[in-house]
Amino acid sequence: MATAFSAPKLAAQPFNTISPTSQHKPLISPTAASPFLGSTRKLLRLSSSSQLNLRRRSSGSVFAVSDIVKEKKSTSIPSLLITKEEGLELYEDMVLGRAFEDMCAQMYYRGKMFGFVHLYNGQEAISTGFIKLLKQQDSVVSTYRDHVHALSKGVPARAVMSELFGKTTGCCRGQGGSMHMFSSEHNLIGGFAFIGEGIPVATGAAFSSKYRREVLKEADCDHVTLAFFGDGTCNNGQFFECLNMAALWKLPIVFVVENNLWAIGMSHLRATSDPQIYKKGPAFGMPGVHVDGMDVLKVREVAKEAIARARRGEGPTLVECETYRFRGHSLADPDELRDPTEKAHYAARDPITALKKYLIENNLSGEAELKAIDKKIDELLEDAVEFADESPLPPRSQLLENVFADPKGFGIGPDGRYRCEDPKFTEGTAHV
Amino acid sequence: MAAIFQGVGAAAPLSSSPSNSFDSNKSVFSPPRSFSVVRSDGIVNLNPKGRSAQRLISNAVATKADSPAASSSSKPGHELLLFEALQEGLEEEMERDPRVCVMGEDVGHYGGSYKVTKGLAKRFGDLRVLDTPIAENSFTGMGIGAAMTGLRPVIEGMNMGFLLLAFNQISNNCGMLHYTSGGQFTIPVVIRGPGGVGRQLGAEHSQRLESYFQSIPGIQMVACSTPYNAKGLMKAAIRSENPVILFEHVLLYNLKERIPDEDYICNLEEAEMVRPGEHVTILTYSRMRYHVMQAAKTLVNKGYDPEVIDIRSLKPFDLHTIGNSVKKTHRVLIVEECMRTGGIGASLTAAITENFNDYLDAPIMCLSSQDVPTPYAGTLEEVTVVQPAQIVTAVEQLCQ
Repeated sequence: MATAFSAPKLAAQPFNTISPTSQHKPLISPTAASPFLGSTRKLLRLSSSSQLNLRRRSSGSVFAVSDIVKEKKSTSIPSLLITKEEGLELYEDMVLGRAFEDMCAQMYYRGKMFGFVHLYNGQEAISTGFIKLLKQQDSVVSTYRDHVHALSKGVPARAVMSELFGKTTGCCRGQGGSMHMFSSEHNLIGGFAFIGEGIPVATGAAFSSKYRREVLKEADCDHVTLAFFGDGTCNNGQFFECLNMAALWKLPIVFVVENNLWAIGMSHLRATSDPQIYKKGPAFGMPGVHVDGMDVLKVREVAKEAIARARRGEGPTLVECETYRFRGHSLADPDELRDPTEKAHYAARDPITALKKYLIENNLSGEAELKAIDKKIDELLEDAVEFADESPLPPRSQLLENVFADPKGFGIGPDGRYRCEDPKFTEGTAHV
Repeated sequence: MAAIFQGVGAAAPLSSSPSNSFDSNKSVFSPPRSFSVVRSDGIVNLNPKGRSAQRLISNAVATKADSPAASSSSKPGHELLLFEALQEGLEEEMERDPRVCVMGEDVGHYGGSYKVTKGLAKRFGDLRVLDTPIAENSFTGMGIGAAMTGLRPVIEGMNMGFLLLAFNQISNNCGMLHYTSGGQFTIPVVIRGPGGVGRQLGAEHSQRLESYFQSIPGIQMVACSTPYNAKGLMKAAIRSENPVILFEHVLLYNLKERIPDEDYICNLEEAEMVRPGEHVTILTYSRMRYHVMQAAKTLVNKGYDPEVIDIRSLKPFDLHTIGNSVKKTHRVLIVEECMRTGGIGASLTAAITENFNDYLDAPIMCLSSQDVPTPYAGTLEEVTVVQPAQIVTAVEQLCQ
């Protein structure tokens, strides 16, 4: 069965003729200088009405990453895409993400967490591939499927698990829950329950970065923002409005589409007039790239370029990652609509298995070392669950805190004092 | 003149009015027609001829934080229009803190559709006074994201009604994110714009969004009504760590007033005593304040002594000022521009009933706009909003 690094079908064509985004006359792209790496894989089952335009590279054109990989491999000194340290870091992060989500499922069915819980199994390559390239000051904005983005960004597993258990030691004091992971320390700006509503917030974070550099004259401020969202969101107005604004003002942001082909039970192909999401980038004046999201190394190569572009001040990029969620939309979804063949196809392309194979085949690591990492993660998670279990539930007194940054916002009571000065306020029982 | 003060059913003579700056209530209303009135087109013209009225209103801030301004006679002050006061407040805050920025449609090169941001882009640049594309939901969200990452944006809705498109961001993100993030992120935005019923602007440009936004937890709402409080509230809102929605009114931008030269702010949570009285408490805000004051003249001629309070803070209500008034007069009339159903008046009625029921001698009366989309035709539009004659009738009814 094809592993992540087998050459995609389209790579059979000569290297210099592959350029899917140049089917349309590319809009003026400021990066005429730097070519953009990306995959040329088409969507599964998409009737290939689109004939690839056989033009040589033009500005904003796309190349198959696997061809670059093959090129690299063919040099006399074999150079790999990653070092051993990097490889182990990627492996550990993906295993953490997978094991955490599996633990969530267990805990949910044991009645430790409630509500809507959306698991990320299968999509780890995207979170790891992108977020592990960021600095602490860079920002990540996610959706309701945010546990693994939080973990990749550095939020401790204990804090995330506690939040899911609704405990006061959670990263949001138990007030946010599964769909609202935030961390000011790690610059994780949500966690959003409605699709699309995080994208403008991400655009705002990118705007702040540009503002700092140009208005506040913080010359070294080159913080980048990553906005993660799904295929369903790509039909939402906020997506398009933000693509426009980000390109208009050259904001340092990367729009990462986690196209797992399904929005609950709505197939991407049934919802979208043109399912090739990456093509929507050039329509707004930014490069649009499609990459195999089951392959962490390919994702990482694309991410490197997109993030570097943003850091250089050249503006946004739209990256469409083809991926799959192994579980249902949420733990409440019976997942009956998806074809078992489709599921099997993607299960065989499990990103963790693929990376493991790559590490071993290229002598970057061995079974024992990787198994040790697996074990380490298991222990970490057990500790996280134990911590969350033992943590206290939020007391009544927490109820009115954090509604306002300045609690004077609750106003002045009949006695002339501010409501927040009422002693019952800190007990959570004040009348507001 | 003495006849004026033999009020029907008056509990106490007028001379026992509270001893704050209103020493000359009598002279204010004698000759009743000497100062400018609210014209039928709704524009109030407080020109220097109406000296007494001006002094009344500039001294209308009887609350503690504003008392230095009450003695504005110590400094000459300067005269300006309400939109200029807003601009002045905004400009001063932008000077004071480089993180304050403006975003909205036509705020930059055009200077703002009501000229509130005129000249700011030239002075502060295109990034600090950002002309956005027409995408309210997204640029409001962008402002919120910028606020969460350290800036202090002032987001303008060209007309308040357009902010309906931004409801997702205002409700979910602006109001809630401080809470759902466990207090990790603050959202010090100011969302402002003109609303209310104008001059035949049609249904969609005549909306009162304060009634829709009032349930959103985590936001504050204030409404300005004079140049003095417009500047003061603008500055206070910008300095606040909370998200604040500042409601301006399309018809009040050309009000003229003399305001202090020195730096001042108006407390966001406090109401403004416009005219102390004894017989009835009239609670109002924004443009209806002027209809109420016009009705007040008629009422005084008829011997009533209404206490007029501009509540200013639509969320939260200043229950102290309101409560003290209710305890004194025992009768409440609310005059608002919101619709009958679910408006600020409805909430205020509930709040007063809940807190001060024992002090009421009569049920609270609430005059609101008709539950009708504002018609284009002038004759119809006039009857959708509360007119001074109705206010007079209501007070007479209340004081029977």
